[in-house]
Amino acid sequence: MPIDILMPALSPTMEQGKLAKWLKAEGDKIKAGDIIAEIETDKATMEVEAVDEGVLAKILIADGTENVAVNTLIGLIAADGEDVSAAASGAAKAAPAPQAAEAPAPAAPAEAPAAPAPAAASVPAQAKSYDASTEFPAGAEVVSMTVREALRDAMAEEMRRDADVFVMGEEVAEYQGAYKVTQGLLQEFGARRVIDTPITEHGFAGIGVGAALTGLKPIVEFMTFNFAMQAIDHIINSAAKTLYMSGGQMGCPIVFRGPNGAAARVGAQHSHDYAAWYSNVPGLKVVMPYSASDAKGLLKSAIRDPNPVIFLENEILYGRSFDVPKGDDFTIPIGKAKVVRPGSDVTIVSFGIGMTYALGAAEALAKEGIEAEVIDLRTIRPMDIETVIASVQKTNRCVAVEEGFPQSGVTAEIGMKIMEAAFDYLDAPVARVTGKDVPMPYAANLEKLALPNIGEVVAAAKAVCYR
Amino acid sequence: MAIAARKTKAGAPAKAAGKAPAKSAPRGAAKALSNVPTFNKEEELHAYREMLLIRRFEEKAGQMYGMGLIGGFCHLYIGQEAVVIGMQMASKDGDQVITGYRDHGHMLACGMESRGVMAELTGRRGGYSRGKGGSMHMFSREKNFYGGHGIVGAQVSLGAGLGFANWYRQDGRVSMAYFGDGAANQGQVYESFNMAELWKLPVVFVIENNRYAMGTSVNRASAQTDFSKRGVSFGIPGEQVDGMDVRAVREAANRAIEHARSGKGPYILEMQTYRYRGHSMSDPAKYRSKDEVQRMREEHDPIEQVRARLTREHKVGEDELKAIDAKVREIVNDAAEFATHDPEPDVSELYTDILLEPAQA
Repeated sequence: MPIDILMPALSPTMEQGKLAKWLKAEGDKIKAGDIIAEIETDKATMEVEAVDEGVLAKILIADGTENVAVNTLIGLIAADGEDVSAAASGAAKAAPAPQAAEAPAPAAPAEAPAAPAPAAASVPAQAKSYDASTEFPAGAEVVSMTVREALRDAMAEEMRRDADVFVMGEEVAEYQGAYKVTQGLLQEFGARRVIDTPITEHGFAGIGVGAALTGLKPIVEFMTFNFAMQAIDHIINSAAKTLYMSGGQMGCPIVFRGPNGAAARVGAQHSHDYAAWYSNVPGLKVVMPYSASDAKGLLKSAIRDPNPVIFLENEILYGRSFDVPKGDDFTIPIGKAKVVRPGSDVTIVSFGIGMTYALGAAEALAKEGIEAEVIDLRTIRPMDIETVIASVQKTNRCVAVEEGFPQSGVTAEIGMKIMEAAFDYLDAPVARVTGKDVPMPYAANLEKLALPNIGEVVAAAKAVCYR
Repeated sequence: MAIAARKTKAGAPAKAAGKAPAKSAPRGAAKALSNVPTFNKEEELHAYREMLLIRRFEEKAGQMYGMGLIGGFCHLYIGQEAVVIGMQMASKDGDQVITGYRDHGHMLACGMESRGVMAELTGRRGGYSRGKGGSMHMFSREKNFYGGHGIVGAQVSLGAGLGFANWYRQDGRVSMAYFGDGAANQGQVYESFNMAELWKLPVVFVIENNRYAMGTSVNRASAQTDFSKRGVSFGIPGEQVDGMDVRAVREAANRAIEHARSGKGPYILEMQTYRYRGHSMSDPAKYRSKDEVQRMREEHDPIEQVRARLTREHKVGEDELKAIDAKVREIVNDAAEFATHDPEPDVSELYTDILLEPAQA
């Protein structure tokens, strides 16, 4: 059987081209790798290489022929030992059907099959709220501690539990943490497991991801998430996508953590809230706790999680104290929201430091006879929208609060999800209170204006209650 | 003897591009030759077989791309085969390999199956990533191949991270991070060099200098074209290697890997090599002359060099070589056949492998 030479494509979009020139004549010997012809499109010229050995038995499409369709039979090679004239005559039957190549080459699927529904089920008609009451074991002893201490304890406990867990970042070891979150870890775990890096976010994020691909469980601390912009390629392209791109082979169990969002008077480059950015990316989990117990329980879950987790802390919250259950076994599941204050008139949903405005507003509203139900999302991705919907089905009104920018923000997503799942339950459009759509100013008065405040949340809640 | 070991002056002016490798070292060919370690017959046969498999595989991939069976990007390794094969001949089981987007050769060299690689190229369910990765994104934990990365330079930090894991576990493994002369100008490469030397990580940085970053020649993109010196300010040793001679590659790889494995830290190997084909399939390669390509193929081809030595020095007959050729062709044809008829992934695969289920605590 002679070997077919087909009109090649320069690119997946090419449909036809010009057969500019044959560089071999009939009867010429051909080796694999020899350039046998040149083809042209309006964009480029390409050489056609032989893949097989033999003799060019027949040229079927002449030099200079325009508009030759891709995969047209343009010539025949007689394989080693094959009779050339017999091969050439084989063209007679082959030539009339140049498209006969049986290659099932669906560059684009002929009919796009309906995509199956994502694994995450849509919200049922009657949504069920997540019951967080079991998170504190009944009768558990609690201790008051700061968010900072809770985060440190979470890391220390997980490092005791699993030798594959280590911490790396700028000033995490000798300096005891730029915000003292890693205090004491170097002393307990030594320099191999608590690693000071140079100021080189892109590089050490890549090193952390590389180590995680082998099964280690790095905790990569960014001094602030503003600096993770230098490293975002590794977070997204290397950490989040590799499991999918490897067909499930290469997990990346890594935690990226550090303070996120505005602190106080540090200007635009040190005040960015990245919750919405990371929550946009499949393959990541994004956690943003408010209380110390959630910080501890969620960080422990994040370290144990086999996926890349973005753990967004807040500098202002580091020093706040909350009750935390004693014991090493306390964890909070990722992906579950918490109703932190029950109410029946309006749902206020927020996360991270946004909870200070949500809770403050609920307090103020109560004095005016409006009972707000306050939900702490805790995890941004995957988002426990069902708990929010269950609340909205009861209150029929919702205000979403975040410190981040409004456009394409987390609250925009919340509003859309409510519309998709509970439109008929709404007695008013969902309202949102966000950071203003400006880079963070330095001046104290302007900075205050740029951030949300309790008054804005109260006003929004009253508006959706038509009060 | 087709070629002697070359110590190319990499700073050679741009105009010399066409014959830079031929523009050889001050030393004479004979003397240079004596520096090239010899292979025994088994080693030559091994190198021949392995390199030929990559060559034939890539030619077939190019052909299948032309037929529309392979979509998107497809970067062929033809011409550079001696680099990865020589490196692998010096490495041990358990050592890791990571590279950029021109990765088919590395996967075959790591022992990954031709069928699985080709089926990934055609986007079929039998591919290494079940059709979800494509040409640039394949992995094999079993064979210690860590990708397959499409962002130029990312594999250097990731590769340093593999070395970091070896250092953390003290398991005696070495990571080999391959990147091109183009990637060598990315910032994260130097961030990684710094930390690798600072912490003495067991990594070999293999710079495959094929003289063109896409269409930009080394001289037009690099202020320092001697890539073996790119680690000087960090104290990382480096050397230039004739990347077209598999024996020279293995010799240098032995030194570099031993250095890394013994706890002395990273090592840089600049492999002077050449890609015959365009950057990707849609590259008409107008930035270099046909003569330049032709001369490299005729005078420096890594496979022809071995074949010539097998015939001349080891008295291997034409029949035996033809039998190897036929065997390789059979493997490649089988892979192509499989990759053509294997079904596309089931539509349910769209939503799998995004996240792993956490273990129940």
